[in-house]
Amino acid sequence: MSRLPTALWIGATLSGVFLIAALISLVWVPHAVDGVAIANRLQPPSPAHWLGTDQLGRDLLSMLMVGAQTSLAVAVIAVGIGVALGVPLGLAAAANRGGLLDEVIMRGNDLIFAFPSLVIAILITARYGPSASNAILAIGIFNIPVFARVARGAALPLWTLDYILAARTAGKGKIRISAEHILPNIMNLLIVQATIQFSLGILAEAALSYVGLGAQPPIPSWGRMLAEAQTMIYTHPMLAVLPGLAIVLMVLGLNLMGDGLRDLLDPRLRRGRA
Amino acid sequence: MLRYILTRAFSLGLSLILASVVIFALIEVIPGDPASYMMGLNATPENLAALRAELGLDAGPMARYLAWVGGMLTGDFGISYTYRVPVADLVADRIWVSLPLAIYALTLSTMIAFPIGIIAAARRATWADHGIMGATQLGIAVPNFWFAMLLVLVFAVNLRWFSAGGFPGWTDPAAAIKALTLPAVALALPQAAILARVMRSALLDTLDQDYIRTARAKGLSRAQTIRRHALRNALIPVLTIIGLQFSFLIAGAIIIENVFFLPGLGRLIFQGITQRDLIVVESVTMLLVFAVILVTFLVDLAYALVDPRLRRT
Repeated sequence: MSRLPTALWIGATLSGVFLIAALISLVWVPHAVDGVAIANRLQPPSPAHWLGTDQLGRDLLSMLMVGAQTSLAVAVIAVGIGVALGVPLGLAAAANRGGLLDEVIMRGNDLIFAFPSLVIAILITARYGPSASNAILAIGIFNIPVFARVARGAALPLWTLDYILAARTAGKGKIRISAEHILPNIMNLLIVQATIQFSLGILAEAALSYVGLGAQPPIPSWGRMLAEAQTMIYTHPMLAVLPGLAIVLMVLGLNLMGDGLRDLLDPRLRRGRA
Repeated sequence: MLRYILTRAFSLGLSLILASVVIFALIEVIPGDPASYMMGLNATPENLAALRAELGLDAGPMARYLAWVGGMLTGDFGISYTYRVPVADLVADRIWVSLPLAIYALTLSTMIAFPIGIIAAARRATWADHGIMGATQLGIAVPNFWFAMLLVLVFAVNLRWFSAGGFPGWTDPAAAIKALTLPAVALALPQAAILARVMRSALLDTLDQDYIRTARAKGLSRAQTIRRHALRNALIPVLTIIGLQFSFLIAGAIIIENVFFLPGLGRLIFQGITQRDLIVVESVTMLLVFAVILVTFLVDLAYALVDPRLRRT
């Protein structure tokens, strides 16, 4: 098990680099990304442009940094939606195990699972037009059943424990017990799941913006950079390689971090992750 | 067994009804007039009135929903607003790209994932296991559409073994399969990475069981034990994931079809979106969701075949 802290380390470093790049890009980028400088277009890497420039003369490194910002923002909010709505639903289902509420919540979850998140995104954008916020909504909706399931599954066995019985005898209601006793005890699992959903969210955002259903120009995003690079793949393959590499490293970092965290927080789960 | 099938079939029906309500509500009921959205800037009062009549928008939501569902049940998916042909005809054309692509990808992914998952489990904690696990970790992180672009770069642009996109039709099956190969590989590899990990951990779980030790004590070799006893029991979680993956495969195919310019259902949906053809989007989405729900149902039935204990409940 000695390799586990290593996974956590590598993962945290990789994701940390992107997080820092995104944060820096909030206040400073090497070159502004909203300007078009056709004279500068498709430059090879140079001291002025470390990674070169794209078809509109924008600095590739700056585009990648701001793209990280878009990616992270979408994924964070989408995970937030999943946690804020999914966890209370899961806790409520567990508190009323086998009851009507449990049944309704779990069947509702099954239903959302039947819709791939991309299909939800398509429906939303088909009707309301593409935008970053619609992408967030589509990814976030899909996160709700995931967190509801994890919260319910983790909370169910806790309800049979003595200290919960003690709390009930003391007159605490189901909501208070869920908030004060159940939630702190399932926090570890929720954190691990959040890391996983976070990386899935980044992949989903990339896919949505690649097909034009995510953030709209001029907001840079990794997915759209790839879409724009596709027509130039014959002449300037690096434009298609770099944003993809950014996605892979970011997702890989988050996944390794999730694995590491899982093993760190719960030694009982020392198994290969599915 | 019969009761098990009936319960599953009931929940299949319920999911379908709910899914159709959600899709209908998202497209047609939520505020905003679908007709003026579809027409965009070209809308004149006369055009709008004509489209509203064609869509039956003057009827109440309930009547429209029933008409839509009733139509779909009898194979009438509505008339595409931009193509002016029945959506059912468009679907019938394009399903011969999407369905073979999905099956091709699922076959590839299973053929790759099973052996490497089994090897990783059988050689647990060796370099082979670590190597496979590392590779699958990478496979999960790679977006399939980017992987598709890399495949194009290597096999179409540099090596020129395949064309970069397009579909020649099934008149020449060899050419058709060749055109679907890069897309299928792009779809299959990330899925195979996940599946291999599930296969490995499911197999490791069963290998810890007492009956495996008994089988070994009886004199079976390690390979025989895995083949005859462990594999069958590990199949349940693996089947679950294959079922779940089908829905990701469908979503993935929507994107991959766009990378390779394949005239499948995914491209049809995107053309529907850009042309604001809500009728196409609505019906084709419902069809895809139907496929996902149906596969979930079939996977549930497959459980019962693999695990006789389930038949009794």
